[in-house]
This record gives sequence, structure tokens and C-alpha cells, in this order.
Amino acid sequence: MPDMKEIRELLESIRFMYGYDFTEYAEASIKRRIDYFMGLHKIYSLKALGKLLLRDEAVFEQFIQEVTVNVTEMFRDPAFYKSLRKHVVERLATYPFIKVWIAGSSTGEEVYSVAILLKEEGLLQRSVIYATDINQRALQTAREGVYKVDQMKTYTANYQKSGGKNTFSDYYVSKYNAVLLDKSLRENIVFSVHNLAIDKSFNEFQLILCRNVLIYFNQDLQNKVINLFYESLCPFGFLGLGNKESLLFTDRRRQFEEVDKKERIFMKAG
Amino acid sequence: MQYEAIVMGVSAGGLLALSNILEALPAGFELPVIITQHRAKDERALLEELLQLKCRLRVKEADEKERIAGGVVYMAPAGYHLLVEKDRSFSLSCDPLVNYSRPSIDVLFETAAEAYEDRLIGIILTGANKDGAAGIATIRHRGGMTIAQDPAEAQFPVMPQAAIATGSVQHIFTLDEIKKTLSGIGEKTNSL
Repeated sequence: MPDMKEIRELLESIRFMYGYDFTEYAEASIKRRIDYFMGLHKIYSLKALGKLLLRDEAVFEQFIQEVTVNVTEMFRDPAFYKSLRKHVVERLATYPFIKVWIAGSSTGEEVYSVAILLKEEGLLQRSVIYATDINQRALQTAREGVYKVDQMKTYTANYQKSGGKNTFSDYYVSKYNAVLLDKSLRENIVFSVHNLAIDKSFNEFQLILCRNVLIYFNQDLQNKVINLFYESLCPFGFLGLGNKESLLFTDRRRQFEEVDKKERIFMKAG
Repeated sequence: MQYEAIVMGVSAGGLLALSNILEALPAGFELPVIITQHRAKDERALLEELLQLKCRLRVKEADEKERIAGGVVYMAPAGYHLLVEKDRSFSLSCDPLVNYSRPSIDVLFETAAEAYEDRLIGIILTGANKDGAAGIATIRHRGGMTIAQDPAEAQFPVMPQAAIATGSVQHIFTLDEIKKTLSGIGEKTNSL
């Protein structure tokens, strides 16, 4: 098993060579993912992996796609969505034009969940949802909106618990073992590549969701990313994090108010 | 002090076994006890509350980036893998299920072994799957102490059996023997 020092050296050279910065990721998780990649591709030493990655851009591309993908589901943590409906929607409705950023949108399940929520609240038509991720392949999956049918039971249960107002099956058609989500949901979604570790703010938003992404970062990077969100929110804009994530260790913790402590929804103080 | 932390992995039948062990830990116990118990993904703090009733030490869900402190019992949160970082803090991940589980015992054990090396005690208790077997092998490989609950006593023997089958378990103990061993280690650290 490779040790941490070697991993750090590898991450440094990746940063130097390709501009992808993983040096501020939580070490234990990135190491597990690298181990997993090596196992999958039968690469037996970190040196061999390093050589391969730095020499062969195609392998590097594959590495990025496999090491950065996050697992997600529709209406994950239904109570979070319930709280969005209860605490945030009314405030969003006061804006003539609503911009939402879903940072680290991965394969898109959460993006469509938010789109469905906004649609049911009558806000989707005047909203744009920016869904960004570092991982192009995940973004492509998100863009297509095609998911495995065997997940639908869980998603339907989540949707119902989240306070959904319709029948979940209204939002997809199934064919063989896959479902295609209602294409009209996509009309107000913009998918694009954004790397939280290095890229800057690109707009001003009323709502930013970044759930279960910060857990992969170390405290310095968490702090930087929270700063980025702070700068990207309008006054009184909302920030939703994963239910184990907090602002506790960040410089901006006093500049956000808790809207729902348990569901980790915050509001930028004006 | 020879050991710095204890990790425990437990699945089906876990509540009874854990209550039994945690009840026996003395108030001055100095090591952190880090536990992955397989649990429903949307269950929130019930397990901690139940175990706290039995335990003199503080029982809490491990928080993301929390510094690991001695004399505290940490539980992996529902729906997340719990990982130990080299700087003695926790991180969480939503990576895919490992051995059909999240939290997975292997994930905790392997990262803890990496962080604590030979200053770690790993314990596998009752359970109906094979999670933790690879983790126990990693702990042993790094020089830590490894214990499995006696399958004859375990409510569900599959998990301790799988750990034992790796050849990396040093001690096959009943719950009573596990309690004695842990309190002994607690006392030793107290006297230093």
C-alpha cells in the first residue's frame, strides 16, 4: 500500500503538470480512491501510476473521471428538501429572476430534485440552475438525465418524504432498465465544468447547494470554498450543505445565520 | 502507553454486544473508542442515545474533521464512511458501499491502521456479513492488536468467523474477556 508521502508527491506533480489540485483533499479518502483506481487497473506501485499519469494524458483523463466521481441520489436526505420548501422557497419567490448554483453536482440526481421542487413551487420558469462539477463524465450523465430503474423505488420514497406534491412517476418515462427524466426539467439547467479547488466565482446566486462535497476537502480548502460561496451569494442568499458538514472551522461562520441547524441551511447575513 | 486507540466493528446483534462492552469501560478510560456499527442510512442519533445510557464515557457521533480525543466513544454516522486521518482527526465520505455497507468497517479499520500503525487495537464483534475481515488483516499487518468475538458466543457468528479466517486475529475472546482486556489497558494507561 502506498504511503502518504508518496501520495503527496504524486498529487503535487499532477498539479504541476495538469493544473488539477488535489493537494488539499482529505488524505484518507483520496488515498482510498487512488488505491481503488490502482486495483482496478492493475497498477502495482505508486511510482508506476505516477509515470503512467504524467506520460499518458488519456490515462490521466480516466484517472480524473474515476477518482473525482461522487455518489448521490434523488432527494437524498428528504428532510433537507422539506426544509428548503418550508424555509427558503418563500424568500426565493420574492426575486424576479432566481439563480441557483449546485456545486459538485456529480451525476445530476440532486439537480433534477431541485428542478422538480422549483417546478412544484411555480418557480422553475424564472430560475436558472447552474450545475457544475469537476468531472466531465459525471456532467454528461447529468445532462442526459438517464438513470437506472432500480433506484426509482428509493427515489420515489425520498420524494414522498420530501414533501413532493405530485406523483413521482410523472417526472420520468421508463424503458428497459432505464428511466429518462422529464426533458422539460432540463430547459432551465446549465451544466458546466467548474473546479472548486481552483476556479473563481462566476455569478451571483440566491441559493447555493454544495452537499457532501466539502467532506472530501481538508480544512484549508473548505475554508476557501466557503469564501467562494460567500462571495457568490447575494445578500440574504441561502447556502445548503450536507448534513454532516458545517461552517464551524471557517472564517465566515459569523457571516452566515442558521436557517435550519439540523438540515444545514444557512443564510448570508446582509 | 502502548496503544493509542481502539476500533470496533459490529453489525447484526450489535446493540447488545456494544452495550455490554461499553458498560464495562471505567470512567477514567483514556483511549478513544471508534465504532462502526452497520445502521439504517436515515437513522440519526438513536444509537448514540441508547448506548450513552449504558456508558460512563461520552458517546457521540463522529463529526467531520473532529479531533479525536481520548476517553470518548465515537460512532460512524448513518450513511457515511468514517475515516481516520493521520493527524488524528476524522473525515467522512459518501463513497460507494463497501461490502454492501456504508459505513463500512473495512474503511474505518484500514484508515485507522494507516494512522495508528502498531498502536491500534481492532475488535470484530457479532455480525452477519464479512465486512471488517480485510480491515482486521490490515491492522495486524501494521502491527496492531486484533481481537474477534468468539463465534460460539456471538449472536451472529459470520463476521467474527470471516475475520478469523483471514489468519490475522490474535485473540478469540468472549465479551467478558474483551471487557477485561480493555479495562486492563485502561488501567495501565491510567498509571502512566
